[in-house]
Amino acid sequence: MTAVKLYPPRPDKVYLFGTCLIDLFYPEAGMDAIRLLEREGIEVLFPEDQTCCGQPAYTSGYHDEARAVAAAQLDLFPEPWPIVVPSGSCGGMMRTHYPQLFAGSDLEAKAEEVAGRIFELTEFLVHVCHLDLEDRGEPEKVAMHTSCSARREMGLAETGPALLAKLGQVELVEQARAAECCGFGGTFAVRHPEVSAAMVEDKTQAIEASGAKRFVTSDCGCMMNIGGRFEKLNKPIQGEHIASYLWRRTS
Amino acid sequence: MSGQPPGVETYTPREFHRQAHDALGNPQIRANFRKAMDGLMSKRRDSFDDWDLETLRELGANIRLRALARLPDLLEQLEANCEANGIRVHWAEDGDEACRIVREICESHGARSVIKGKSMVSEEMHLNAHLEEAGIEALESDLGEYLVQLNQQTPSHIIMPAIHLNTDEISEILHDKTGTERSRDVDYMTAAARQQLRERFMAADVGVSGVNFAVAETGTLCLVENEGNGRMTTTVPPVHVAVTGIEKVVEQLRDVPPLYALLTRSATGQHVTTYFNMISSPRKEGEHDGPKEVHLVLVDSGRSRIYQDDELLDTLRCIRCGACMNHCPVYTRVGGHTYGTTYPGPIGSILSPHLMGLEETKDLPTASSLCGACGEVCPVKIPIPDLLVRLRKESVGEGRGNVPGAGIKRTRKEVAAWKGFQWLATHPGAWRSGTAVAGKLRALTPAKLGAWTDYRTAPKPAGTTLHALVKRHQASKSHEPNSKSHEEER
Repeated sequence: MTAVKLYPPRPDKVYLFGTCLIDLFYPEAGMDAIRLLEREGIEVLFPEDQTCCGQPAYTSGYHDEARAVAAAQLDLFPEPWPIVVPSGSCGGMMRTHYPQLFAGSDLEAKAEEVAGRIFELTEFLVHVCHLDLEDRGEPEKVAMHTSCSARREMGLAETGPALLAKLGQVELVEQARAAECCGFGGTFAVRHPEVSAAMVEDKTQAIEASGAKRFVTSDCGCMMNIGGRFEKLNKPIQGEHIASYLWRRTS
Repeated sequence: MSGQPPGVETYTPREFHRQAHDALGNPQIRANFRKAMDGLMSKRRDSFDDWDLETLRELGANIRLRALARLPDLLEQLEANCEANGIRVHWAEDGDEACRIVREICESHGARSVIKGKSMVSEEMHLNAHLEEAGIEALESDLGEYLVQLNQQTPSHIIMPAIHLNTDEISEILHDKTGTERSRDVDYMTAAARQQLRERFMAADVGVSGVNFAVAETGTLCLVENEGNGRMTTTVPPVHVAVTGIEKVVEQLRDVPPLYALLTRSATGQHVTTYFNMISSPRKEGEHDGPKEVHLVLVDSGRSRIYQDDELLDTLRCIRCGACMNHCPVYTRVGGHTYGTTYPGPIGSILSPHLMGLEETKDLPTASSLCGACGEVCPVKIPIPDLLVRLRKESVGEGRGNVPGAGIKRTRKEVAAWKGFQWLATHPGAWRSGTAVAGKLRALTPAKLGAWTDYRTAPKPAGTTLHALVKRHQASKSHEPNSKSHEEER
C-alpha cells in the first residue's frame, strides 16, 4: 500500500519508548521487548524521563495538552538511534501525528526528525533485525490481533504474523473479520461504552471460534479490551503481548 | 415474519447514545446491517480485483482536489455553460432557500405532483415536507427511498436507503401500505412497486433529481443510478429540477470516468451501473422527448464555510459512495438511523457538524474508534480520521473556532482532567512516583470502573512499573557484565 520504505542497517543501540500502558499495566511486555533486542546484540537505551506519548489527549481533541506532553518526549532521544515502540498505537502517534502537532512551530523540525526514527517493535524485529527464532514451546494454535493503528496508520498488517510464522510449533489461525477494530479506541471505549462493548463482543467471539486458546497482539490497549472481555466471561482464552510470546517461546 | 412494519420513528443526533442503545439491543437491526455490510465489503473488494486501486484512488483524489482548488471559477463556468445549454441555474444559500426555489418552480407550472429520483441534498433540505406543506405531493421513485417513504422513515444509508429492512419487513410494508400480497419473492415485490411507480411517473408534473457530477466545461449534469427511475424522473415530466451541493462540480468531462469507476465499485461493487445519465439541456426543437424545462439548484448550506478552511476542505471531496459506512465497525453495529442525520456513518460525522452545528451533533465526532477503515477505503482519500480528530478539537474549544458550536463540549471537569494528565506526563519524577504508588496499591484497584467493567474486567496495575524493572535490569547487568541468562530476572 505505502510506497517503498527503506530501513536502516541493524544499529548498535536503540531507544525504547515503553508506552504508559506497558509501564503501568504490562511492564513484562516491555522487558521482553528489551530482552529480544538485547539478544540480537543491540544495546537498549531506556530514557528514564519518558512518560506517555500524549495520544489520549490528542484523540480527545485536547491538542494543547497533547503538544506539551509530546514536547517533553521529543527531548529524550538526543542520539541518532532508532526509537523502538512496542505499540502500533503509540508508534503511530509519534510517527504520524507528532509532525502534525508541531507543524509551523519551533519544534517542527525536531518532531519530524524524531518521527523519522520511530519503529514499531514487530516492524523493527522483521525489517531491521531480520529476526530468526527457534521455537522451544509446545505445539499451539494462536490468533493474532493486529491493532488498527499498526495495521492502517503504520501499514504493518504483516509484521506480527511474519514473526509468528517463524515459530515452528505455532499455528496462526484464521479468524473472521480479522481486520476489524476490537472496539478499544482509547477514550472511545469510555465515551461510547455500549458500541465499544458490541465490538469487543464480536471480536472475542471471532477469536473463540478460531479455535485458538491464546491471542497475541502488539498493542496493550487491544489486549486490555479483548482480554478483559474474555476474563469477564470466565473464558480460558488468554491474551499476550507479542514480545512476551516470542520471548517466552524462544528463551 | 417480523410482524408489524417498523412504525414512525424520528431520530436526532442529540439522542445518539439512546438511539445506539436501542439499535444495539435490536437483533433484527444488528443482523440486517451486519449481513448487508459484509456483502458490500466483499463486493467492493472483488470489484477492484483487476485494478491498481491505489493509483485510481490517487487519481480520484487529485481530480476532486483540482476541482475544489478552482471551485468558485468552476461554479461560474458551470452556470454559464448550463445557461448556454438552456438549463436555468439557481443559487441557494441554505436548505430553506433551495426548498423555496423548487416550490416556486413547481407553483409556476401549477404542479400538484412531483416525482423524485434519489437525492441526498433534497433529504438534507427536507424538501418533501416543504412541498407537502405547500400542497404538492412528492413521491420517491428509487425503490429504497419509496419503501422508507411508505414506512414514514428516513434513509438509513446514502446509497441503499432501505438497507435496515429485510425481505419480510419490506413485504409487510408493501402489504400494509399498498395492498400487495405478503411475499418473500423479491421479483414479485419489485414488479409490484414498479407498477405502482410507473403510473405516477406518467402523472407527475415535475421531476426532481440529484446530481453526481456537474461538469463545468460542458454544463453537463451526470446522474448515476440502477433502476431507470432517474432517467424517468429526468425525462418524463415536463419539468426537471436537479438539486445538488456546490461541491459536486468537476472541471472537465474527462474527469468523470475515473470518478464514476471509483464510485460504483466503492458503493456497490459494480463495474458500471445500469444507467448513467448525462443531462445537457431541455428538449430541443424537433426532439420528441425530454423535459421542456431543466433547472439546476446549487445549494450551499454551510459548504462555503467548510471551503474556507484548508483542512476541513477535504470533507468536500466526497463523491457519496458510502464505502466509509459499509466498512465502519460503528455504523455496522448501530445502523444509519442512530446518527439522526441525513448523512450517517463516518462521512456524516465529519459533514453533519458543519450543516447542523456541533451543539446538535456533539456526539458524532467521538462515535469512532479511529480505526481508520473509512480512510482506507475512501475512493478520494479523504483523511476521515484526521477530520474527526479536528472536529473533536473544535468541540473542546482548541481548534480554529470556525465550526458552528465550537467549544460546546469544553467542560471544567474535562479540562481539569487533561491539565492534570499534562502536568503528570511532563513531570517525570512525579510520573514515576505516581505509577509506582499505583502499582503498590493494586489490591485497591476498584473492581468497577464505570461502563468499562460492565463488559470487561478492570485492568490492574502491575506490582512493579517498567521504569522500575528496567532499573533493576540495568543494575544487574552492570554488576554482572557477563550475566548469562535473562531467566534469572524473571
